[in-house]
Amino acid sequence: MLLIPCPWCGPRNQLEFTYGGDATVKRPLPDAPMKTWLEFVYLRDNPRGPHQELWHHSAGCRQWFKVLRDTQTHDILASGRADEALPGATA
Amino acid sequence: MTQAFRLPTGGIIDRSRPLRFEFDGTAYEGYAGDTLASALLANGVHLVARSFKYHRPRGILCSGSDEPNALLQLDRGARTEPNVRATTQELFDGLIAASQNRWPSLRFDVGAINNALSRLLPAGFYYKTFMWPPTPRWWLRYEHFIRRAAGIGRSATAPDPDRYEHQYAHCDVLVIGGGPAGLAAARAAAHAGARVIVCDENPAFGGDLRGMNDDGSNIDGKARATWIDEAVRDLSGSGDVTLLIRTTAFGYYDGNLVALSERVADHLAAPLAHMPRQRMWKVRAGTVVLASGAHERGIAYAGNDLPGTLLAGAARTYIDRHAVRPGSRAVVFTNNDSAYAAALSLSRAGIAIGAIVDAREDSELTGALAVRAREHGIRIVSGSMVPAAHGSKRVTAVDIESLSGGRGTRVDCDLVCVSGGWNPAVHLFSQARGSLRYDESLAAFVPERSPLAIVAAGGVNGCSDVGGALADGHAAGLNAAAKAGFRGPASYAAPHAEPVAPGRLRPLWSVPARDRSGKRFVDLQNDVTVSDIALAVREGYESVEHLKRYTTLGMGTDQGKTSNIVGLALLAEQLHRPISAVGTTTFRPPYTSVTLGAYPGEEAGAHLEPTRYSAMHDWHVAHGARFINAGLWRRAHSYPRAGETPDDAANREAKNVRTNVGLVDVSTLGKIELQGNDVAEFLNRVYINRWDTLAVGRCRYGVMLRDDGMVLDDGTTSRLADSYYLMTTTTVNAVEVMQHLEALLQIDWPELDVYLTSVTEQWSAAALSGPKAREVLAAVVDIDVSNAAFPFLAVGTCTVRGAAGPMPARLFRLSYSGELAYEIHVPADRGRAMWEALLAAGARYGIMPYGTEAMSTLRIEKGHVVIGPEADGRTTADDLGMGKLVNAAKWCVGKPLLSRPALIAPDRWQLVGLTALDGAVMPRGAKIVADPDHALPNPMLGHVTSWCWSPNLESWIALALVANGRARHGETLWAVSPLADAKARVRVRIGPPTFIDPDGERLRG
Repeated sequence: MLLIPCPWCGPRNQLEFTYGGDATVKRPLPDAPMKTWLEFVYLRDNPRGPHQELWHHSAGCRQWFKVLRDTQTHDILASGRADEALPGATA
Repeated sequence: MTQAFRLPTGGIIDRSRPLRFEFDGTAYEGYAGDTLASALLANGVHLVARSFKYHRPRGILCSGSDEPNALLQLDRGARTEPNVRATTQELFDGLIAASQNRWPSLRFDVGAINNALSRLLPAGFYYKTFMWPPTPRWWLRYEHFIRRAAGIGRSATAPDPDRYEHQYAHCDVLVIGGGPAGLAAARAAAHAGARVIVCDENPAFGGDLRGMNDDGSNIDGKARATWIDEAVRDLSGSGDVTLLIRTTAFGYYDGNLVALSERVADHLAAPLAHMPRQRMWKVRAGTVVLASGAHERGIAYAGNDLPGTLLAGAARTYIDRHAVRPGSRAVVFTNNDSAYAAALSLSRAGIAIGAIVDAREDSELTGALAVRAREHGIRIVSGSMVPAAHGSKRVTAVDIESLSGGRGTRVDCDLVCVSGGWNPAVHLFSQARGSLRYDESLAAFVPERSPLAIVAAGGVNGCSDVGGALADGHAAGLNAAAKAGFRGPASYAAPHAEPVAPGRLRPLWSVPARDRSGKRFVDLQNDVTVSDIALAVREGYESVEHLKRYTTLGMGTDQGKTSNIVGLALLAEQLHRPISAVGTTTFRPPYTSVTLGAYPGEEAGAHLEPTRYSAMHDWHVAHGARFINAGLWRRAHSYPRAGETPDDAANREAKNVRTNVGLVDVSTLGKIELQGNDVAEFLNRVYINRWDTLAVGRCRYGVMLRDDGMVLDDGTTSRLADSYYLMTTTTVNAVEVMQHLEALLQIDWPELDVYLTSVTEQWSAAALSGPKAREVLAAVVDIDVSNAAFPFLAVGTCTVRGAAGPMPARLFRLSYSGELAYEIHVPADRGRAMWEALLAAGARYGIMPYGTEAMSTLRIEKGHVVIGPEADGRTTADDLGMGKLVNAAKWCVGKPLLSRPALIAPDRWQLVGLTALDGAVMPRGAKIVADPDHALPNPMLGHVTSWCWSPNLESWIALALVANGRARHGETLWAVSPLADAKARVRVRIGPPTFIDPDGERLRG
């Protein structure tokens, strides 16, 4: 069970959170071409190693935020606000 | 029987408290402080089980949780439990136990024919034999019989009468194992100021020292038992230390979360009134000190499974701790020094020792214990082995032979004490992603390093003497406290015990085979022999993981605690590879089996998940409502009157809404308040339709899409004030919609000035529907609700007059039923007052409460879609007939992908209404086909999404998604339901989904 450091509440049990997927994917502008939208909706990398993810503190402060998690070891390397660049994140 | 094998003195049993128990129908007596195993041995009972595959007679091998043989059925009525280890079950008065896996009796077991046929039952027997003919159907047929033949024990059939608890805990240092190393670690950490939890699976602390004979040694100049008592007293008096006995750390998870199973009441006949049976702890530990000790392992020789064969340490434990004589004449077979301590205990207990057979040469027997044994005059046969033991239901003799060959001798004995060395209990270290190192001198795997905060100490590190374990534990405790930020000042000095010089161990996993008939067992629980491993290797199963699965080595309830290392060492021998290159199988939780009831804990039955009730719930109960679940909510389904079925009631309620007026509790709708300067812009982006044109005091229906263009949710949003809106969502989707909106605002559009607040719980709501709704409402509110003053889609505030005084309310002119209707929202605690006020005012108009079933009928008649049945995640707004709502002039979530060819194809399934012809009943789960007699598979044109008897149309009607359905209005097709009723075939007429008042005159009137 992960211990997830919410930037607002501190370390909390994984049970309090909802996973939100790849944090490096950016919502396209409304007039972006269909291909861009298709990639945004359907295509995700599946990296082995550090991965920037979105998590929602759904049973806590209700904030969406970023976590840098190693998908191989489950180690959590960093966390920060949704609009923040995480230290150690490559993308 | 009178405990004929109980020693007159010694042990930590309480001879003043005799306890009666029963095994296989015979009454026995033991003492408080006994385990079931020690009490059986005190009565001379060695044969306690039949083995899994060959049904061979088996006895008690171990004295702890590593026991592979002595698994008994504990009979406590509804509490009956299979596979209880006799070695860990504490004796209580009235305990009833029975052997398993035998028929008709333990002494005469028909299944033992398998032993005679064993040459026909090699490793992988089932895989080899039952794979022909090569179709899965045959395997399923065989499996039925195989499973019956392989049964061990029986589970309870009555509901579990016991309670289980969960407990979350946090600590700086969690010490797993309360032996000398663990206690020293806990004291060091606690004195350094750390918050400490210590757990031990036994009923008291002390580990391998508990109840054991000091034999002249001491700790800090005190008797060992005194030191343990003082250590426990010291810890329980320290500030923040939690001591847990009968508590096994069984799982190690990410983030240093360790799961503990505390058996609160398993040592009693039944839990006391205030007790849960078990408590599962979930401990987040800063650092873990693993002081889990080591398990003794055997040596594989022919007949090493005969009752009367004990691991040497177990024999010593039964003698010292329980004052039991496990035999009268013993032979000890060993390759290391630890068995000599057992020999000394045997000798003290007056048990004759035929010989200590030691695989090591005489020159190697220099360890202190070996020297002492020799001084005691015990006969030592060095450089030798026991190739075979003899006996049928109890060992009667063993052969002794020189390892270098030559003729052997036979020695009579009724007890064989074996030690092949010790395997550190590295299970949790491995679960903590720790690597293991093979230590040649111990011939065992020891912890190497883990990326998590875990420190191993004592026996698990390979310490074989008390002095070493104490020092190792003390250092680990200081280290763990320091990792957690506590660096003293340590006022507690390291405990000291004289080190004992150990003699070197000589690895010996199995003895050479002498003939075909003598089985040399590696895994006693799963009947895996040395030959099985050799056969598996010959057949190509060279990976340790493959070997395990092919032979079932280590796959029993003991998870191979006594057998795994022996098995993989034999694999290495067969492969001519070093043991370190073969490696271990993966250690997985649980370390020992955990009762299933402990996993859900309190979250079972009614507490499986939270239940949500509206403020009107008690009224519904008092008025005979039948309930259904909607998400976590309990909602009134209908209000049957005397003699009515729930369906009768729903039909009456639905009809009354169209003729008079009805009232339904809609408090469960999701309600989200939106405030800020950019709410209109935000709504424009999340709904398909336009929102910047919505005036204050008005509301509008809206549809939201997912990013892939499919419908996510629908509902209404009202503009309460300039920058203050209220959105409603469907009951079951409220949480998901809130999360969706928060993600958009926080991640994608943080620049928008919009604040969301869920107010679902803050407001009670009721919908008043029917031609007489206005008269009823006018009687209780203080505003003009005429059509001119409060038209369709108007929003306002008012005061509702209730019996107990006025209450503030929000009023919405919305209609789900298709009739003239209003929604009235009041602060949650006034819900029942509002509900009763409306019913009182409506009495003269024939008002009736209605439930979700009538509500569903009304919305089907009106052709309103529901998220789930119609909007099933594969439907677009256009599929549901709401394509016109998609505003062409603006962008919204999901819109970019709507133009994909597949989403605008002409044969898409579109929403239609169906009317059953010929007076037929619509079957459950119906598909729409053109020809009901078409051979299967019958091409499907669509499926029914919602259906009901319409009391207003007096016919079965349905909503359905049908290929190109809008172009088929007027056509006749067939509804079939091969799964629900193979004979069902109903002619249906396709039409528009709105059956009643298609022009909306009623709701606007």
